[in-house]
Amino acid sequence: MALKLMKGCEAIAEAAIQAGCRYFFGYPITPQNDIPEYMSLRLPQVGGCFLQAESELAAINMVYGAAGAGARVMTSSSSPGISLKQEGISTCCAAELPCVIVNMMRGGPGLGNIQASQGDYFQATKGGGHGDYHTIVIAPSSIQETVNMMGKAFDLAEEYRIPVMILADGLIGQMMEPVDMPNNPNPTMHDKPWAATGYKPGGAKQRAIINSLYIETEDLDTLEERLQNRYAVIRGKEVMVETYNTEGAEYILCAYGTVARVCKAAVRLCAEQGVKVGLVRPITLWPFPTKEVHDAIAQDSVKAALTVEVSAGQMYEDVRLAVNGCKEVAFMGKAGSMIPAAEDIAERILKMRRA
Amino acid sequence: MATIFKRTSVLTDVPFHYCPGCGHGIVHRMVAEVIDELGIREKTAGVAPVGCAVFAYNYFDVDMYEAAHGRAPAVATGYKRVHPENVCFTYQGDGDLASIGTAEIVHAAHRGEKITTIFINNAIYGMTGGQMAPTTLVGQKTTTSPLGRDKNHCGEPIRIAEMLATINGSAFIARTALNNTANLVKTKAAIKKAFEAQLAGKGFSLVEILSPCPTNWGKSPAEAMDWLADNMIPYYPLGIMKEV
Ligand SMILES: Cc1ncc(C[n+]2csc(CCOP(=O)(O)OP(=O)(O)O)c2C)c(N)n1
Ligand code: SF4
Ligand SMILES: [Mg+2]
Repeated sequence: MALKLMKGCEAIAEAAIQAGCRYFFGYPITPQNDIPEYMSLRLPQVGGCFLQAESELAAINMVYGAAGAGARVMTSSSSPGISLKQEGISTCCAAELPCVIVNMMRGGPGLGNIQASQGDYFQATKGGGHGDYHTIVIAPSSIQETVNMMGKAFDLAEEYRIPVMILADGLIGQMMEPVDMPNNPNPTMHDKPWAATGYKPGGAKQRAIINSLYIETEDLDTLEERLQNRYAVIRGKEVMVETYNTEGAEYILCAYGTVARVCKAAVRLCAEQGVKVGLVRPITLWPFPTKEVHDAIAQDSVKAALTVEVSAGQMYEDVRLAVNGCKEVAFMGKAGSMIPAAEDIAERILKMRRA
Repeated sequence: MATIFKRTSVLTDVPFHYCPGCGHGIVHRMVAEVIDELGIREKTAGVAPVGCAVFAYNYFDVDMYEAAHGRAPAVATGYKRVHPENVCFTYQGDGDLASIGTAEIVHAAHRGEKITTIFINNAIYGMTGGQMAPTTLVGQKTTTSPLGRDKNHCGEPIRIAEMLATINGSAFIARTALNNTANLVKTKAAIKKAFEAQLAGKGFSLVEILSPCPTNWGKSPAEAMDWLADNMIPYYPLGIMKEV
């Protein structure tokens, strides 16, 4: 295994190329500029196309056009840009188009700041744009995990004909870590008989209609049934979660992304004090690991749980829904970009224990 | 009995939903005929707008997209970058192209995107019931300019063809009208040239077509054609603005 020190954004871009992504449409925004920059150099080398769009709105609609044409395509942005993409994400969901969208979250609302944040959890997991839809949301906590997830993201997108969002925070994009980059000259591509690739009347392939308009009530109902059934399958099969030290724990921490790494350090600090603390880390935020979170927290040994986020408490709501009142769930975190220290998390647990 | 006129095979046999006297159906037929005559139907994809032509994907018997409001040029860009050897056209109204989608159309032209845009200027938002468009004439009454468009309040109508002709990436830009037979012939010729510019890889091409909306203009089909000739053509000069 050859490890290479790579910056998160560049590693993501290279991993996407290794996963067969050949088209990228994006617009510059900090802290993810290294993704389009890297793509602008690399994609032409592998016979693909990078295009800097005039806006995030245009970029996601170019993604719609390219995905509809059967391509493996992605875009990336950061929070304010992801807000602009919501129209297109909703449209891609309705048109059942596979694509990958990276959000390197920064602090909001508004222009916010350019530091790491987790303030877009609601937007990512509850829809974000208009209408009843979901995207699969993957929240890696290291650069290696992000790299490993890129191929999976494209596969899921194509298998379920759904946009997949990589929800990372600015830290993942900007830090450097040793990476084992897959080298995959022939990634498996899914058949796309529905794609617009040319149509010959009377030929084997049907005319492609890439569309999000279902003007008849019954037709929209049929689409929604299809989508909701698909979401049920995804909920059943595609949950990814890591549990760390949870068995027999007295307290359970719940966190995702880089914050979960800080929580792991807090788990160890608590262990030094003789307190057994575990961590549940959702890797897919949608589908949310409801059962795994519930089972970890509902154990007899557990006194309470603590959700830690760099937000005002967004995933916190899903954790409480999962636990459904069977145990107390507390929250620690701040909106913006104040990342809690392991010592503070440990201290909070010890304080809960004293109370 | 000899057939002297029939539907081009590039149109499906789905009946148009357009109002009597509407220009959309006429232009659909011309675009379909051009696709047929150029022998490109098997490699052509169209992008329908949000507007009265929203169901164009039901009518053109080629691969079709329906785009979000104003985004057709971006969607066409995505398609064309994946299939550069194929042909792509967008079909857009004046609300779609000249208002909500101005950024997308300007930048498609600016990149010299090898797509063809059919731009239906009917000086109004047809589909939503006759609101003012950026192309609505000064003094023209619409449901959101009930006393007539006041230029001091909301400016003067935008001339898209002239504007896009200033952009280097544009290869063919023309404005035509549907008000009489001679102009119909010129319209179809311009559509053909626009597709040919794309096929030759010259850059972005667009035909702006002055088109009647009798329903929202509150006129009969015949009156609407006269109103177009008397009011629109003087403000929107016809002709080829750019040809490289
Ligand atoms: C984002 C968004 N905003 C507004 C609308 C509503 N809408 C539908 S059609 C239309 C105007 C279309 O007018 P135009 O492009 O001139 O086409 P026409 O019907 O005149 O051919 C509007 C505003 C929409 N569908 N989506
Ligand atoms: S409302 Fe106007 S543009 Fe729309 S179909 Fe009727 S005549 Fe045509
Ligand atoms: Mg109009």
